[in-house]
Amino acid sequence: MRFGVVVFPGSNCDQDCYYVIKEVLNQEVQYIWHKDTKLGEFDCIVLPGGFSYGDYLRAGAIARFSPIMNQICEYAGKGKAVIGICNGFQILLEAGLLPGAMVRNKNLHFICKYLYIRTENNETPFTNLCRKKQILRMPIAHNEGNYYIDKSGLEQLEKNRQILFRYASREGKIDEISNPNGAVDNIAGIMNKEGNILGMMPHPERSSEEVLGSKDGLLVFKSVVKWLEGNRIKD
Amino acid sequence: MKPEIYRSLGLNDEEYQKILEILEREPTLTELAMFSVEWSEHCGYTHSRRWLKLLPREGKYQILIGEDSGGFIIDNLAIIFKIESHNHPSQVEPRQGAATGVGGIIRDIFTVGARPIASLDSLRFGPLSDPYNRYLLRGVVDGIQFYGNCLGVPTVGGELYFEEGYSGNCLVNVMTIGIADKNRLARARFSGVGNSIMYVGASTGRDGIGGCSVLASREFKENEEKRPAVQIGDPFTEKCLIEATLEALATGNIVGIKDMGAAGLTCSVSEMASAGETGVEIELGLVPRREADMEPWEVMVSESQERMLLCVKKGNEEEVEKIFAKWDLNSAAIGKVTGDGIVRVKDGGETVAEISARALTTSPVYDMPYEQPSYLDELNKLDMSAIPQPKDYGEVLLRLLSSPAICSKEWVYEQYDHMVQTNTIVLPGSDAAILRVKGTNKAIAATTDCNSRYCYLDPYRGSQIAVAEAARNLVCSGAEPAAVTDCLNFGNPEKPDRFWQFKNCLQGIADACRFFNIPVVSGNVSFYNESPQGAIYPTPVIGMVGIIEDVTKVCTQYFKRGREIIVLLGMCKEELGGNEYLKQMHNLVKGNAPDLDLHLERGVQRTAWEAIKRGLVSSAHDCSEGGLAVALAECSISNKENMVGATIDSLIFNMRKDGLLFGESQSRIIISCKEEFLIHIRDIAERNRVPFQVIGRTGGGELKIIERGKEIINLPLEQMWEKWANSLCSLAMP
Repeated sequence: MRFGVVVFPGSNCDQDCYYVIKEVLNQEVQYIWHKDTKLGEFDCIVLPGGFSYGDYLRAGAIARFSPIMNQICEYAGKGKAVIGICNGFQILLEAGLLPGAMVRNKNLHFICKYLYIRTENNETPFTNLCRKKQILRMPIAHNEGNYYIDKSGLEQLEKNRQILFRYASREGKIDEISNPNGAVDNIAGIMNKEGNILGMMPHPERSSEEVLGSKDGLLVFKSVVKWLEGNRIKD
Repeated sequence: MKPEIYRSLGLNDEEYQKILEILEREPTLTELAMFSVEWSEHCGYTHSRRWLKLLPREGKYQILIGEDSGGFIIDNLAIIFKIESHNHPSQVEPRQGAATGVGGIIRDIFTVGARPIASLDSLRFGPLSDPYNRYLLRGVVDGIQFYGNCLGVPTVGGELYFEEGYSGNCLVNVMTIGIADKNRLARARFSGVGNSIMYVGASTGRDGIGGCSVLASREFKENEEKRPAVQIGDPFTEKCLIEATLEALATGNIVGIKDMGAAGLTCSVSEMASAGETGVEIELGLVPRREADMEPWEVMVSESQERMLLCVKKGNEEEVEKIFAKWDLNSAAIGKVTGDGIVRVKDGGETVAEISARALTTSPVYDMPYEQPSYLDELNKLDMSAIPQPKDYGEVLLRLLSSPAICSKEWVYEQYDHMVQTNTIVLPGSDAAILRVKGTNKAIAATTDCNSRYCYLDPYRGSQIAVAEAARNLVCSGAEPAAVTDCLNFGNPEKPDRFWQFKNCLQGIADACRFFNIPVVSGNVSFYNESPQGAIYPTPVIGMVGIIEDVTKVCTQYFKRGREIIVLLGMCKEELGGNEYLKQMHNLVKGNAPDLDLHLERGVQRTAWEAIKRGLVSSAHDCSEGGLAVALAECSISNKENMVGATIDSLIFNMRKDGLLFGESQSRIIISCKEEFLIHIRDIAERNRVPFQVIGRTGGGELKIIERGKEIINLPLEQMWEKWANSLCSLAMP
């Protein structure tokens, strides 16, 4: 499978994503420069974490106008896989490819730590290898991870089973203590209605190897590969 | 020229005389400004240069010493690192001071072609009871996270101390490590007559003028307004600069490169010319600016951040420009390498400065007088019989666990991205930070250490202890110490008692490093750290890097499971001098720094290292502030997800109990291991002639310490954790 990792000025998790996809997942991967106006052939595009444009104005607010984003919107519109991690998630929100918005963490500080998320929907391209309600151990590292969506938007997310991950306790309890940033309904990751675009604040690329503290993040990448291979067989 | 002019720039009368001799005429204002920054203590090391030569530069690995940093070689890789201070700016404007401190040290690393992979911060403030110190703490941590996180360089370790001596002058020392291909390192020098001088990065403004001369190289005086001399940082620009610079270096078109830090354009231009034994001519009209009507001297000494100076092969300028344009950064050819050994600066075609590069970069060397402080003899007297023993040792332990020097620093490092680049295999909270080296089977361990209270009581021994402790911390992680970078923070060197502290600390470091065969490859000197409130404690911060040959043999400090044996390597002596217990419980800073027997220290370290290497050890932790009891508590509670208690019932030492529990005797390591490995560890200890004592077992939900059949400590893990984990957050509140 051909993966593409987009590099914006200020992205800083691009090399980490590239490393996991190449060395751990053993898949083909290429960098995509944000100024490119033509997108190559990819099976899955990753928007990595970082501080694109220094988070000027709002995180992701400027990156979403990068020349490559037009192509990515078109690509996503065809139902092809897109994964937005942390700043990547913020960019997808700003670009309108995912519903909702990201606000400053409730405690107004950057937070970097390992925590637990619960798999809310394991029948998606990104979670098909997770067990139902599986607890995953992954780290967060962000200033603006406080996901917001209004009441009717939240109802739609629920109805369409678009919520993929919620912050939880180690035992799987969804409560305020396990919510690091104030995100509405403890939402840590969502997908679009069509089910091909994932946005998540925790970093799966930082938790894909045992030596780093957890291999749970790899499930997200492996799920995508499985889904893509399934599609290829169908085609 | 009127003396007020050169004095206001930080030059003294003798220095001005020397300038007249060098130029054989009066200097222009631009030339005067250039001398004032190059010859400042911060840039020229005028007071320290003589003594820095004492530091050893040889060790086990091949050493690299460059113009701005240093390191060592392992296999095909160069591990480059350095520690730097940004003390005065942080005292004045903590957020920007700390941020630009991070930016500056990181530039020193990627300027040699090494990708920065991690930073550590060693921070010291006055007591948190003073709101201004709380403001500084919050501001400095915010500055480091603001800059470091955006750059994607993880801040993986450090230290945090609070002492009266730092009120009025906080210390912000940042160490950064980078990795490069050993055959692709860049040098900071000009070469090749006719080659182009190119300026890249942010445009030049008026920020930071006087940063190194007027701010860093002088004491703080009452009510002085120095904020304009603090630099302003933009980490986004620096991130782009890192990528563009590394990309440009890979093309082979760049024959020399240096960052513009302290003393800005003056420093890079003159030092690159001097290092290359050549000359340079630049035209200031070509320098990208962000403020109108800047005088030539302002352009030359501005400390605007995020700028680099390149020496590019003639004819290849366009290729370099393309790369910087890709990253939306300024780049401009501003001059040429000449062969005449002169730094010639023109502004609009008119020559405003013309100085021999060698003369400009050879600042005077001062031979400073030194004298033991008069208070020291009295200070070193400690009458232990006058110190009552506490009634409740558990209470004391809880108090120590919540004290600012000992409590968990999670409030700080949770604000730092310590995982980016996916190399951090031991996160903050253990004895040393450990980073894997991708593409190899190895790992790097790093730490910063200095107990400045010991250095205050005994500069020579205190600094030896700093070196020993850094090595001990690395060894507990499974690493073999490889090299040191030192940040020497002291008061006004013109005062003989401060200089005596400096000289003795330097001697202590040199002797200890020589003993352990660990070279000093880079470092920084920061003088003039005093204010009307007094001078800081002598604070020689030791940054040390070590190598772990096998990434699977990494060791951490927390107990792993119950029913394991706890072993103490080393000796407990009855000494309370200068320790945290004395400070917290009796508000005393008195006595002598603990004894240090270098041979015993080496033996203990070798024992632990070999045991870890052979896979015999479950956890290893050294004893430092708070002594044995605190170290045991830390082993039990510092991994919240798996806290494992202990019962210590075989402590056989004949001394007062508070000394046994909280004394800070050196050269002690606590090891936990499976029962079947005990005999092998004992063998290693015997071979190294190291005292070895089984003191208890892991397990249970409490820390129990039983001495001569009597339980003197019995604390639930949860209770200790509460005190230890939540203390700093509340202490730091506005």
